[in-house]
Amino acid sequence: MSKNEGPGHCGVLVPVGMLGGGFPEETIRRGARLGPDVIAVDAGSTDSGPYYLGASTPKTTREACRRDLGILMRAREDLGIPLIVGSCGTSGTDDGVDWMAAICRELAHEAGQKLRIALIKSEQDKAYLKKRLRERRVLPLEPVLPIDEARIDACTHIVGVMGHEPIARALESGAHIVLAGRATDTAVMSAVPLLHGCPPGPVWHAAKTIECGALCTTDPRQGGVFARMDPAGFEVEPLAETSACTPHTVAAHMLYENADPFRMREPSGTLDTSDAVYNPIDARKVRVTGSRFEEAEAYTAKIEGAAPAGFQALLMAGIRDPEVLARLDEWTKTLMGFLRARIPDVLDLPSEDFELELRCFGRDAVLGPLEPSCDVPPREVGVMLIATAGDRATANRIAKLCNPYLLHMPLPGQLHLPSFAFPFSPAEIERGAIYRFALHHVAVPDDPYEMNRFSFVET
Amino acid sequence: MTTTLGELADLIRAKNAGPFWITLDLFFRTQEDYERVLRSGVLDAHHIGSLFRVGPESVRTFALPTLRTIKISFPRQEVGRGITDRDMHAGQQHVPLLAVELPD
Repeated sequence: MSKNEGPGHCGVLVPVGMLGGGFPEETIRRGARLGPDVIAVDAGSTDSGPYYLGASTPKTTREACRRDLGILMRAREDLGIPLIVGSCGTSGTDDGVDWMAAICRELAHEAGQKLRIALIKSEQDKAYLKKRLRERRVLPLEPVLPIDEARIDACTHIVGVMGHEPIARALESGAHIVLAGRATDTAVMSAVPLLHGCPPGPVWHAAKTIECGALCTTDPRQGGVFARMDPAGFEVEPLAETSACTPHTVAAHMLYENADPFRMREPSGTLDTSDAVYNPIDARKVRVTGSRFEEAEAYTAKIEGAAPAGFQALLMAGIRDPEVLARLDEWTKTLMGFLRARIPDVLDLPSEDFELELRCFGRDAVLGPLEPSCDVPPREVGVMLIATAGDRATANRIAKLCNPYLLHMPLPGQLHLPSFAFPFSPAEIERGAIYRFALHHVAVPDDPYEMNRFSFVET
Repeated sequence: MTTTLGELADLIRAKNAGPFWITLDLFFRTQEDYERVLRSGVLDAHHIGSLFRVGPESVRTFALPTLRTIKISFPRQEVGRGITDRDMHAGQQHVPLLAVELPD
């Protein structure tokens, strides 16, 4: 089936940058004809903030994941190759893996597929991490966040980001499908090519190139990509026929979401693309050579943790009145000064037990103090009032109390009572629990498997 | 007539690189434009530091001549806070660069 018989060759099909993002089904049929040895897809990220890890909740919908996974499982069955899903459930918590496993079993049952499914859990035991911390085997990354045992205890969920090794072990145990907890995006793409004996330089560079799906092509919205690794380099092409990989799109992708465009740290070492050369093969395919991988002295697994940061409720109002807009700074100071005095008084709440923040969309809500041009009065402003407190009821209570004042706050000296535009009823929007990323560290385990737990499901 | 970075560049974009870093990419149309900006010093660490209110020692700059691209990365301001983060994906944080004027 594979066009890549023999050691050192491997084809990887990446259907989409994130499972549940959707892709045209015909792109998978086209990818299947290119002779993949594995279908690999990422299902997670920390980009959308700490909530999904803190609450252990997926960002993607079950329906969309089910649709995407069903297509990939059919393709996998037809081709007789493994399917790997990394960072299940967005944050890669144990709940996320179980959530994906339930979808996978349901689909296997419906299609009558007899499968061995590997689950690799990556959530971390706090006692284990505290022991490693005492042994000075939890090390900070730049920028440094403080760490102590209390900070570890404060996290609702902590995951260890796995490399390719646990995924490879699951495949060697005969898994048809691997559902991994938190994994580096690249590890998901690298596991099978490394098992096939492809050299690590091209493998990790290819993995980085394809992990976001079609982002390395001329049309990032169109489905996925296919990479073929060999002993000297790799080739990459889009799955959509109307799209193309060019030396520029492939090289430029190394810039995307990377602080350093040349060196990328993995648990087992560092990819170095400084001397990589990008050449076109034809109008839509690129060949890359010269990528290197430096093995690290010790395996390190990044740990990601999210801790509760209180509860929030919002209010929004639109301001169009030119007189208020011309004196907007004065108006916001008046409103906030009034509310900061009124809330403790009416709710019997000490000032240090809540935070109130006002953001004026149309003035400087996006850039804040970095906003370069605040001198021209805006035409219209959306005001967002954010109440943060230690519990849900208090946050909601603050928002409810602020409601009439946000609606009617006059300018100093204004004799009439203005009313601003509330877009919703009820005006208060409960945000509920919020979280913060509390860790920016790596742990140094004895081996690459120590921080993961394996289980197998037969369908 | 002065020229701004926003006028000269083909594309300037921003994105988070993990939860703790912001990275800015400046793509130029010609080698001449790319070299002019590099030579001008407007992207020196102390300029970037004052524009984005970060310590100049934490600013990392990369020149990629084959892509005619300059990359700048620095740690996010309110590290790990999450509450007052204005731009989760840091997608709009390139804007202060657009108005930077280049010396003639």
